[in-house]
Amino acid sequence: MTGLEHIAAAFAGRDKRAALMPYLMGGFPDVETSAAIGDACIDAGADLLELGIPFSDPLADGPVIQAAGTAALRAGATTDAVLGVCERLAARAPVVLMTYVNIVLARGIERFAGQAAAVGAAGLIVPDVPLEESAELRAACDAAGLALVPLVAPTTPDERLRRIGAGARGFVYTVSVTGTTGERRALDPGPLLQRVKAATDVPVALGFGISTPQQAAEAAAAGADGVIVGSRLVRAAAEADRPAAEVGRLVGELAAGLA
Amino acid sequence: MSVEHRFGRYGGQYVPETLMPALQELEAAWVATSADPAYHEELDRLLRDYCGRPTPLYHAERLSEHVGRTVLLKREDLNHTGSHKMNNALGQALLARRMGKTRIIAETGAGSHGVATATACALLGLECVVFMGTEDMRRQRPNVLRMELLGARVQPVDAGARTLKEATSEAIRDWVTNVETTYYVIGSVVGPAPYPSMVRDLQRRIGDEARAEILERFGRLPSRVVACVGGGSNAMGAFAAFLDDPEVELIGVEAGGEGLASMRHGAPLTVGGPAGVLHGAMSAIMQSEDGQILEAHSISAGLDYPGTGPQHAHLRDTGRARYEAVTDVQALEAFRTLARLEGIIPALESSHAVAWVLEQPRGGDELDLICLSGRGDKDLAEALERLGIA
Ligand SMILES: Cc1ncc(COP(=O)(O)O)c(C=O)c1O
Repeated sequence: MTGLEHIAAAFAGRDKRAALMPYLMGGFPDVETSAAIGDACIDAGADLLELGIPFSDPLADGPVIQAAGTAALRAGATTDAVLGVCERLAARAPVVLMTYVNIVLARGIERFAGQAAAVGAAGLIVPDVPLEESAELRAACDAAGLALVPLVAPTTPDERLRRIGAGARGFVYTVSVTGTTGERRALDPGPLLQRVKAATDVPVALGFGISTPQQAAEAAAAGADGVIVGSRLVRAAAEADRPAAEVGRLVGELAAGLA
Repeated sequence: MSVEHRFGRYGGQYVPETLMPALQELEAAWVATSADPAYHEELDRLLRDYCGRPTPLYHAERLSEHVGRTVLLKREDLNHTGSHKMNNALGQALLARRMGKTRIIAETGAGSHGVATATACALLGLECVVFMGTEDMRRQRPNVLRMELLGARVQPVDAGARTLKEATSEAIRDWVTNVETTYYVIGSVVGPAPYPSMVRDLQRRIGDEARAEILERFGRLPSRVVACVGGGSNAMGAFAAFLDDPEVELIGVEAGGEGLASMRHGAPLTVGGPAGVLHGAMSAIMQSEDGQILEAHSISAGLDYPGTGPQHAHLRDTGRARYEAVTDVQALEAFRTLARLEGIIPALESSHAVAWVLEQPRGGDELDLICLSGRGDKDLAEALERLGIA
């Protein structure tokens, strides 16, 4: 199966109202524990995992994921180590890697895409590569059988949504808020989700800000095909004595919310 | 007026999607505004009556005697607020007001750009928030106090090395969050397009004024134009006027810190290495093999940055400009030398350009033009301590 097919199967085969897509930071709090957290997410009902490769200067991330990335790097996380985590988890569920463009460029675009595909990654999300800068990366991902998943935001106008939607692979990552990653108390994703769904044929996942089972359920009710939960889980990994167990427990609650 | 997105392979717009519509709005506004004579009339009037431009071109005779050839100083230190940063901050603040933005954010390292932006906002009645690393707040304390007196809020940034890189990242995150009301006044020729070309165009009057005056007074062009390079705005502003004069050598002086071999420096152009993306643009950057951005180091907060403007990377690759590094110790020595020889206390940033000229072999019939980008009052405590005077 190619990455695209893996992702399509995850959306099609879900037993929930929306696919549950937890985000975890590779190498946080350490490499081994991050793999255990990924396993716990899958055991608790995750349909697809987003695995972050830490970057020193993550411009799209709020304080929780920023701090996790910094801690992971300080603990010695490398791109290779996180690709190793990906290999382990990808045997059990589709994994989409999420990182910043300089991490990709440092290896070379084609080499990075090839290595990601070789460790079983299904897709790639690079928040600082907008449509205008995406051609070369998309070509390399296509050649490697990796889905380059684009992001759209509340500020994206309809005409631009259509152009991004037309080039989307796997799914469209809809950023629910004008801002960086981080938990939000109130979300109103309905109008944005409708605009995005009208602009693309691929599934639409909602992320940034979602932290509770109730918010996940609301996103599904508003039309999201997938729900991404990041900062809440990363915070749990930072605070809990037994990170994998605690993240697994939260993912179980989120899954129940989407049942 | 051209708005380049790329300089050779450098530049671009590597930013979160949330900002892309804002960058397009900014570019459209800049294209329209920079073609509007009324904008230029207002900017020119303020730069003349409020800032004191044109800044003098000063023939530094004792310095010339010391190095055995003619040295001219373009006195950006005499610009209002004490540095070249005001040219850009005022130009962008006027643009922001035309765009109907009411909240201004900026990053600052040395505090020069923060003070300039806070000043422009006071003048135009705009809300101003300046992001600054806590290490820079410590070593540039006078500028923190100036910004606060001017009515700006200084937002401390406590991440990483607590200097300019982190302040810039935090300003970009604020912009991502408040993009609908907020205008980001970036302080150098860095960041995503259209910033590098817009800031260059706002700073090029440094070079334009100097070129015209040198031709008039000396009947010739300078042999070398020498400027310090942090993000590269004073250098780009000085170089821009001479790009088509192949006989004029363009020399950018980066922060050599504790020496290039020590890895504690801020000299990505001089060191070379693979290009990368920092703060929205592809350029020369300091990075690890995995692509993690490294911490820069310099005695001068304004040069303490692991990236640089994309056009400089292109000028280096094409050979049109040359980039070299000067260490902390050499810059400090130049700081003192200029004070004693000319009665001018330069900013530690500008001291790097002076140091490069001092380091060249004595004599020759060159005519050196130094962009003296700012004055050194902000640096007194730090420099005197390092010189063992305080
Ligand atoms: C006086 C002065 N010169 C130079 C710089 C470096 O900036 P740039 O390279 O953009 O001119 C600064 C930055 O803060 C500065 O304050």
